[in-house]
This record gives sequence, C-alpha cells and structure tokens, in this order.
Amino acid sequence: MPPDTETKKKPGIFDVITENYVWRSIFRHGYADTPRNRVLQVSANVWLHLHPSKMRRHGIRYRHTWCAGGLTFLLYLCTVVTGVVLMFYYRPTGEYAYWDVKYLDFDVPFGMIMRNMHRWAAHGMVIFIWLHMFRVFMTGSYKPPREFNWVVGVNLLTLTLLLSFTGYLLPWDQLAIWAVTVGTNMARATPLLGNEGPFGPQLGMTPRYDARALLTAGTVVGSPTLLRFYVLHCIFIPIIASILMILHFWRIRKDGGISGPL
Amino acid sequence: MAENISPGAPIADQEEVKVQSGRARALAAADLPDKVHTWPYLVRAEFISGCVLLLVLLVWSITVDAPMEEPANPTKTPNPSKAPWYFLGLQEMLVYFDPWIAGVVLPSLIIVGLMVIPYVDINPKGNGYYTWSERKFAIATFVFGFLVLWVGMITIGVFFRGPGWNLFMPWDYWDPHKVVPLTNIDLPYFLGIRSEMVAMLFGLVCVGGWLVGVPGAIYQWKKNSPVIRELGFVRYGIVATLFMIMAGVVVKMFLRHLFNIKYILVIPNILNV
Ligand code: HEM
Repeated sequence: MPPDTETKKKPGIFDVITENYVWRSIFRHGYADTPRNRVLQVSANVWLHLHPSKMRRHGIRYRHTWCAGGLTFLLYLCTVVTGVVLMFYYRPTGEYAYWDVKYLDFDVPFGMIMRNMHRWAAHGMVIFIWLHMFRVFMTGSYKPPREFNWVVGVNLLTLTLLLSFTGYLLPWDQLAIWAVTVGTNMARATPLLGNEGPFGPQLGMTPRYDARALLTAGTVVGSPTLLRFYVLHCIFIPIIASILMILHFWRIRKDGGISGPL
Repeated sequence: MAENISPGAPIADQEEVKVQSGRARALAAADLPDKVHTWPYLVRAEFISGCVLLLVLLVWSITVDAPMEEPANPTKTPNPSKAPWYFLGLQEMLVYFDPWIAGVVLPSLIIVGLMVIPYVDINPKGNGYYTWSERKFAIATFVFGFLVLWVGMITIGVFFRGPGWNLFMPWDYWDPHKVVPLTNIDLPYFLGIRSEMVAMLFGLVCVGGWLVGVPGAIYQWKKNSPVIRELGFVRYGIVATLFMIMAGVVVKMFLRHLFNIKYILVIPNILNV
C-alpha cells in the first residue's frame, strides 16, 4: 500500500536538507518507503537477509523475545572483535602472559578498554544467554517444531560457559589459576576417567593420566595448561560455537520463524 | 521518486492491537490479516536494543576495570578459592555431595535434562505465548530449578561464602580462623543405627525409594490418569527421575542445615550420597 503523499505540506527540515543540489549530487534519489523496497531492504542486504522479509507481528515485540537471543549474539561479536585485538599483544606462556596483560592495561593505547570490553561482554553473554533460555522456556518455544533448535541452544549454552571458563585462566593471575584449579579439580573425580573417581584407579587412571590431566596438560595448572586453554579459547570453541550459531539461526527460519500462538 | 520520501508514513500494518491478556492477546495479534515488514519494524527494534546494549557496555568498560591480581603463584592458595561466578552453583554443590556427583554427574544431568525437555514435555498448549495456567507443572519446575536453585546457589556462593567455604553475611569480617564445629553425621547413625551393614541397607532403601520407589508408586497409583497415560512409561520415567534428583538435592540441603546430616547412603570406597 503506497504511503499517502497527496497532501502538500510545507517543506520541513528533512526536505530542506535533502532537496538541494549538493545532496542530490551525492544521493541521486531518496529511499521510497514502498512495500517492494521494504522487502528488498532485507532480502538484498547481506547482513539482514537472515531475516524473513515479513514476519508475524508478535515476533517483533520486545515483550515476546526480550531481544535476548539477538543481544547474546551481539555480545558474542563484541568478544570476537575485542578478543582479536587482545591476541595481538598476548603470548600464552607462563613467562609472558601476566606481563602482557599488564602491558595491555597500562601501556597499549586503548588496551585497557579492549580488555574491559572483552571481559564484561563475556559476562554479559552468560547473563543474556540465560535470559534467552528463560524466555524461550516461558513462551514454550521449544515445542514442536522447534525441539531440535532448543537442543542446539543447550549446546551453545555449554560452549558459552566453556568459552568463559577457558578465558578466565588467560590473565594468569591468582584469581585465574585458582578458579581454574577449583574447576579442573572436579575432573579428577570423573567416574571411570578420573584418578579419584569411582573405578578410576581400577582402570589405570593416575594423576598424570586421567581426565584432569587431559584438561590441564599435566598434574597442576601450569604453563602447559595455559597454552591448552588458549588454543581452546581462541580457536577450537569459537569455531564450533560459530558453526552451531549458524545452524541455530538457519533453524529458526526453517522452523517457521519466531514462535507464536497457533 | 523523491516525492515518495515520507519517513514513518502510516502503513496499515502499524495499527495497534487491543490489549487483552495471555493467549487471547497473542492470538489476536497473530490473527491480524497482515504480517508486518521486517524492515523497518524488526530491524528498528534490533537496532535500538543493540545501541543501548553497546552504550551500556562501553560506559561500564570505561568505569569498571577488569580484575587483575598478583601473578599466578601455585604455592599460595587463596582462601577461599572461588570458581568463576557462573560456576558457583556447582561449587556450592560440593558442600553437599562428593566431587564426582557435584562436579561431574549433576552438571551432566543438568545439560542432558535441559536437552530432553522438548521431548518429554508433550503438552501441546502454550506453544509460542506466555501462559501460566496451561502448563503449571512445567513452568513451576523450571522456574524453581533455574531461579531458585541455580541462581540462588550462585547468589550464596558469590555473597555468602568466605574462607573455608564457611557462611558469612556480606557485611561480616572474613575471619580465616572462624571455627565451625564439624559435627556432621550420617543419617542412619543419626537415627540410631550402629551396624554398618544395616546402615548401608537403610541408605539403599532411602535413596532407592526416593529415586525409584516414589515415582513407581505414583505411576501405579495414577497409571490411568490422562496425563500419565499420554506420557507413557519411558517419558514418565525420565521426567520423574530427573525431578526426584532435583528435589533430592533440595532435601539433602535441608537435612544438612537442619540436622547436620552428612550422607544418607554410605557404601565405603564406592558411593556416598
Ligand atoms: C550463543 C547462544 C545463542 C544465540 C546467539 C542465540 C540466538 C537466537 C536468536 C537471535 C533467536 C531469535 C529470537 C530471539 O532473539 O529470541 C533465537 C531463538 C531461539 N533460541 Fe537461541 N540463541 C542462543 C542460545 C540458545 C539457548 C541456550 C537456547 C535454549 C536452551 C536457545 C533456544 C532457542 C529457540 C528454541 C529459539 C526459537 C525461539 C522462537 O522461535 O521463539 N538458544 N536464538
């Protein structure tokens, strides 16, 4: 339905800016707000084409989605961008890691804010992914046909927590190694695969050779652990998480868009 | 072309929906003949919320610095050593259960439990809209598990745990020498059972009865109710077991704080629950 432009109005500020020689030399014509253009804006745009060009009305409401999924993704992008900046200055060895982070904090231009944004965005991502899961539950959006996308989501949740956990070690300060020590110590007690877990010793698990040693690359959280966590944090988990996110978004479309009453 | 520029021109699909409640409102919204255009309505909403979020993140990052303590020192254990806040729910479980249960079994069950939700919740109602009355059990269980247990335990871990993992009020001085009597005893002992064999049997009956007996009895009793008949044996079993495990965690917490109970079932070197 074409917008109603029959009635002639006095030129407003918008018209003054756009209807002159200089502006027109840059932008030959304006954006015509027609249904066709609205569709094209979405389907012909590389960033927006994941969206459907039209959607059911409730799906755009804040009170339905809380935008939590989208904001989780935005925070993920923030950590990716700031994380790559940090990688330029950070060496994942016991010898350098701590001092590289100090250097980022005190000497690198904008280093501190990159680090702050990386850290707080990561925490925000954990909060928003929980909010997102909570709202998906409350709207019953895991029900058919979206069962599998919920499962993909739970995997994303696990990966997000692992990303945060592996990143926690990298500053290589007291906070980092002891938090990770507490966390990895639990792996010692894995049934069958941990040296202190049920049936672990019987299956030949030792402190040097069990589930925990696989995580920490040794018997204590040390320099080899740092390298291992670094690779997991910067390469392995992000790649898997990104792939799952693509799957997640694709499934939203294939499952009929944002859930709604039917 | 240029005459068509009219930002925010009223297009039919912008008209407001009468405010009703719950499903009626949701249905009324869905029933409107027109879908709305993603551009501008959704893109606008995303853009605004994204801008607000980025602004908050930026201001936050300018004003609050990421923590950075002394260099890592494997010979100097801080007391308390806390896991990152989002794992404090699991660390809190260590108070009540052995590490392999608290650190391996329960987290795995949480993940698996979340994944099976869509396959065991066969209630077709409440798909795509907010409702309480149409799915009370599902919502109550989830809200309890998530908001009360998970978020609650994280809150305790962050604000109420100090040196020695003892309970402190947030305004208390963290006294590393606080003396807390270790008077925890096992449930059978508490009840006066002294023989190890009998204690073990008693423990087995308690735990088995809780995880299998109670759900089994309810199944026998309510087998012909429409809900359980539709759910079927397998789905009922999964739901009931997961539910009883979650409830069991709560029971164990109460037993500990009210009666200083350490374990309910002890099979030496194999299993303590
Ligand atoms: C990295 C993590 C995640 C990202 C980036 C993400 C992103 C999104 C986005 C953008 C949407 C569209 C609707 C909305 O914004 O709410 C969505 C929908 C959905 N998400 Fe996620 N999500 C993530 C994790 C999860 C988790 C943890 C779950 C569940 C356990 C989940 C389950 C779903 C389901 C079932 C839908 C469809 C909802 C509907 O149609 O109403 N997602 N997700």
